[in-house]
Amino acid sequence: MNTQTAPLLSARGLTKHFAIKGGIFAREVHRIHAVDGVSFDIAAGETLGLVGESGCGKSTTGRCILRLIEPSSGEVWFQGRDVTKLDADALRGLRRDMQIIFQDPFASLNPRHTVGGIIGEALIIHGLSRTRAELDDRVVQLLETVGLQPDHRHRFPHEFSGGQRQRIGIARALAVEPKLIICDEPVSALDVSIQAQVINLLEDLQEKFGLTYLFIAHDLSVVEHISDRVAVMYLGRVVEIAPSRELYDNPRHPYTEALLSAVPIPDPLVKRKRIVLQGDVPNPIRPPTGCRFHTRCPIAEARCSQEVPELEQSSDGHWVACHLRR
Amino acid sequence: MSRDYLFRRILIAIPSLLGISLVLFTVLALAPGDPFGELVTNPNVPAEIRLALRAKFGLDDPVWIRYVRWLNAMLQGDWGFSFTSRMDVDTLIMQRLPTTVAVIGAAQILAIVVAIPVGVLAATRPYSLFDQIANTLAFVGFSLPTFFTGLLLILVFSIQLDWLPFVYRTDIRASGWQWWWEHIRQSIMPVTVLGLFQGASLVRYVRSSVLDVIKLDYVTTARSKGIGEPKVVTRHVVRNALIPVVTLVALQMPVVFGGAIVTEQIFRIPGIGSLLISSILANDTPVVMGVTFVFACLVVLFNLIADILYGWLDPRITFR
Repeated sequence: MNTQTAPLLSARGLTKHFAIKGGIFAREVHRIHAVDGVSFDIAAGETLGLVGESGCGKSTTGRCILRLIEPSSGEVWFQGRDVTKLDADALRGLRRDMQIIFQDPFASLNPRHTVGGIIGEALIIHGLSRTRAELDDRVVQLLETVGLQPDHRHRFPHEFSGGQRQRIGIARALAVEPKLIICDEPVSALDVSIQAQVINLLEDLQEKFGLTYLFIAHDLSVVEHISDRVAVMYLGRVVEIAPSRELYDNPRHPYTEALLSAVPIPDPLVKRKRIVLQGDVPNPIRPPTGCRFHTRCPIAEARCSQEVPELEQSSDGHWVACHLRR
Repeated sequence: MSRDYLFRRILIAIPSLLGISLVLFTVLALAPGDPFGELVTNPNVPAEIRLALRAKFGLDDPVWIRYVRWLNAMLQGDWGFSFTSRMDVDTLIMQRLPTTVAVIGAAQILAIVVAIPVGVLAATRPYSLFDQIANTLAFVGFSLPTFFTGLLLILVFSIQLDWLPFVYRTDIRASGWQWWWEHIRQSIMPVTVLGLFQGASLVRYVRSSVLDVIKLDYVTTARSKGIGEPKVVTRHVVRNALIPVVTLVALQMPVVFGGAIVTEQIFRIPGIGSLLISSILANDTPVVMGVTFVFACLVVLFNLIADILYGWLDPRITFR
């Protein structure tokens, strides 16, 4: 897709189906189409926002890229290598360059390890700090980078607040000096005031270390603030990708329109039309044929239920998967 | 973990042990049966001698006086005198205790050594063939009572094959390696029976506990750091999953001592369990009191051990 330089990461047709087994012979009885043919590029130094409702496959996409979940098919190209083809050893080496920050800062830190141990473990694994003193210095430096105190390294995760824990999670991800960080709803579990701090920290770090982010969230205003480009997902498929401003000012896909109309505007005098979608998100075990959105789409036509709309470029850098809006 | 905490916990144990001993003593005093009951029917013992004996041991005094007397003697290290064995209760218990501790200790070690690797392996490959087999065997293992498996083993290995002795002897006339070898040989069956019975339920615990932990975010975090899978399991999963298992093992220890009574009867192990049974049958109250009090001490001790292990495994638990 249209980026000036070669992208740092390209996902091509990324697919993840979860099999549900049942019956006496534990055969596959259902198949959940969590992620279905997702493709996008992320340029170095860029932030791509990934939005969508709960259960639309955002987190699964993020985890498939890191192969924390094995994708069913598709390719993930990172620095000229297909991540999905790497063996276990090569994959471990790749963990230096790709990291992840999790949503729940209470669950993602091992309660039995000290903060210093959590941050330093990857440094030891990848042989980045050879001596104990070197390791200690690096941990202190990382804690200071994310705005924590050096003596915090002797404490355990339960002694910190949610915002502080998320900073620990960020320091941990930064430890190996990655190029790409997948932020899997990094602020969703935090208070609004803390959200701003963490978002600002992420932006500062991006500037300082030239990081590339895949920023997964369901909060559209947060995504708008931090992202250069935004991809919208619905039921396992990307329906629209556009530069952040463009997407918010000029949404093409009916789903994006509906999604954006749900963002509260902090001004009671502003009147606007709220698009309320009918019905629920269809069951991903039996996703609708054709365009997956056609069951709830206000403008759907006959062919929407038969042909799958491809993601096509409508204007410069603005990609839409819709038969009717180009 | 501070020394103060340990000291305070031991101090707290004193009133609970006092309470337990009071209840035990009262119940035993109220229970029917008389240690000199058989003397009544024995024509060779004149009634005066019987009454003199009763007076000598203070059996006609009120319960509370007898309790105070027992407690006073206990604090001075005098556990009482066995009516039937005609020796001090503490000597009697100390004769029997090492055998029981050795057999139960070995069985518990066997249970842990088998259960932890099997449980962890089963949980890391849920619903695999290994998991299914492990689950089935575990189910069979804790469904079969020890008195059944014990007799089965005796039938096969002692009677049919004649490989192992089925009566446990403490008076082995041998020394050095020969002595050890004989002891190991006669311990194999009771230790296997008890150990596998304990291990079977432990496997299920380890498995479900590991399954709970392995899907948590911090395990994914560990994987995303680039740590190899074996290290993820040992450093991040097993250590967290062991807390409930430690509780189970430590808190079950007194139950294990109780359950071992059955095994001791089957294999004729002259341990503390068979001592308890024979003294209950003989109305030998001082011995019953002594043995049950030892069990009470074990309960308190293993609770303390469980708490200490908690603190070691989980830094979120602090001792104040």
